[in-house]
Amino acid sequence: MSHIVVEGLSVRYNGQPALDNVSLEIPDRQITAVIGPSGCGKTTFLRCLNRLIDTMDQVRVSGRVLIDGADIFAPRANVISLRRKMGLLSQKPQVLPMSIYDNVAYGPRLHGVRRRRDLDGIVQRCLKMSSLWEEVHHRLRAPATGLSVGQQQRLCLARGLAVEPEALLCDEPTASLDPLSAQSVERLFVELKSRYTIVLVTHILRQAKRLADYVVFLYMGELVEHGPAERVFNNPRDERTRKYLEGVIS
Amino acid sequence: MRLRCAEELLFRALMVLSTIAVLSGLLLIIAVITVKGAGALSLDMITRLPTGGYYLGKEGGLLNAIVGSLLLGLGATACAALLAIPVALYLQHDYAGRRRWANLVRMSLDLLWGIPSIVYGAFGFTIMLYLGLRASLLGGIIALTLVELPIMARAMEEVLRMVSVELREASYSVGATRWETMRAVVVRQALPGLLTAILLAFGRGIGDAASVLFTAGYTDHLPRSLLDPVASLPLAVFFQLGTPFPEVQQRAYAAAFLLLALVLLVSVCSRLLTRRLSRHAVK
Ligand SMILES: Nc1ncnc2c1ncn2[C@@H]1O[C@H](COP(=O)(O)OP(=O)(O)OP(=O)(O)O)[C@@H](O)[C@H]1O
Ligand SMILES: [Mg+2]
Repeated sequence: MSHIVVEGLSVRYNGQPALDNVSLEIPDRQITAVIGPSGCGKTTFLRCLNRLIDTMDQVRVSGRVLIDGADIFAPRANVISLRRKMGLLSQKPQVLPMSIYDNVAYGPRLHGVRRRRDLDGIVQRCLKMSSLWEEVHHRLRAPATGLSVGQQQRLCLARGLAVEPEALLCDEPTASLDPLSAQSVERLFVELKSRYTIVLVTHILRQAKRLADYVVFLYMGELVEHGPAERVFNNPRDERTRKYLEGVIS
Repeated sequence: MRLRCAEELLFRALMVLSTIAVLSGLLLIIAVITVKGAGALSLDMITRLPTGGYYLGKEGGLLNAIVGSLLLGLGATACAALLAIPVALYLQHDYAGRRRWANLVRMSLDLLWGIPSIVYGAFGFTIMLYLGLRASLLGGIIALTLVELPIMARAMEEVLRMVSVELREASYSVGATRWETMRAVVVRQALPGLLTAILLAFGRGIGDAASVLFTAGYTDHLPRSLLDPVASLPLAVFFQLGTPFPEVQQRAYAAAFLLLALVLLVSVCSRLLTRRLSRHAVK
């Protein structure tokens, strides 16, 4: 059994359906690209997986999301440990108002890592994983806002990695980056997928083709098609998928 | 097209004129206070207590009112901040901000803001009578806290709300609780604004005469405990302006000048402090 399983997930905003009865399994340790035209529910889907959807107004979620077999929407579910398991990378890098070091150490500190040496180790390891170490190791105490946007996004990645997640949820993570930074983030995903399950929302088809092992196509809140990238891209079963891939609908 | 250009010009002129009017009003007030009070300003004034005949024009100073105002202002601002910060945080969307009764709280704060401070003074006085307290530093601080609280809480709430949802979510997404997010991210990001809110309330509090009239009283001595009555600069202005002697009236302007200088000093200090503290803030 794969570790993220979605069963009959529906979301309504103010009664308006945004996701309608979505069921699928997300394969472990692969990159799953969620694609579809604007407003089809990609962000909504992603926000269900770490229950950030809870923080929004007037939403109703029904259905189940099982992570390691446990329903994350169950009344007793622990949101803190869920969010820790599911790292998030948003469209615009959101660095915290503190130093580079503290940004990475933020999560581990919350979860009880206190010893200076342990924190130093985590910070160094995560900055290396997000290939930022070389650029910032001499100025770890500087404000994180001093970094370029591309560096900030990699810092956000390091911050997410520092709490040892099992999956990374990425919502158009390269949308606000320049091409070179975008490329380096993409390269990181390829390196990281051996250890993490990555769910990547993107509206760049070419990016999905470059990176995805598995593809999920949403259209107007409906799960139209999902399957291995090779198959979906070369051989879409649904008319709407084919049209979207051909650029007829967008 | 000509019409649109004329319109642009007209409204810009209006804006510039209004701004100039505001600025010159301020300058005029400062000028009048300085010119009228300058003659009476002296080192004695800020270092000595009033002697027997001070209010008839004899020598002495206003140290009692300066110290009193500082104690009242700082005390009330500290108390108000202790209450306003939790209220402002609770009114955030992360907590109760979305619920209907949060709006009720906001509305009551706005109402409290509008209540004249003499009413707070009278209210405080009633409570003190009931508790058997005399006019005292404590009474003054309580009344001033009531005056400052709505301003501070409302200003803080607005400032905290400016911190973006995405930034909060970045904190939640590594497994932070709401309180941790507030403490480490929201408050830190909003720190300059929070300090401005505190300053705004301090300025209002230290300059308020009506609320301390009954509750803090007036005395020529420095207070030795929270239960002693205490003098204040606004009341020093009030009493001295009310005398028939020109030299004493001049001292009233000097006292007003001191009050102004005090607010300015605190304001500048906290600006400097904010600049240091907001080094990391996300722009
Ligand atoms: N907070 C909200 N309140 C009401 N409706 C919302 C809210 N957020 C999203 N929606 C609606 O839900 C639907 C799905 O939105 P969602 O943000 O998930 O789309 P998306 O696929 O991420 O789009 P995009 O590619 O533009 O980011 C849209 O029709 C949108 O208008
Ligand atoms: Mg989206």
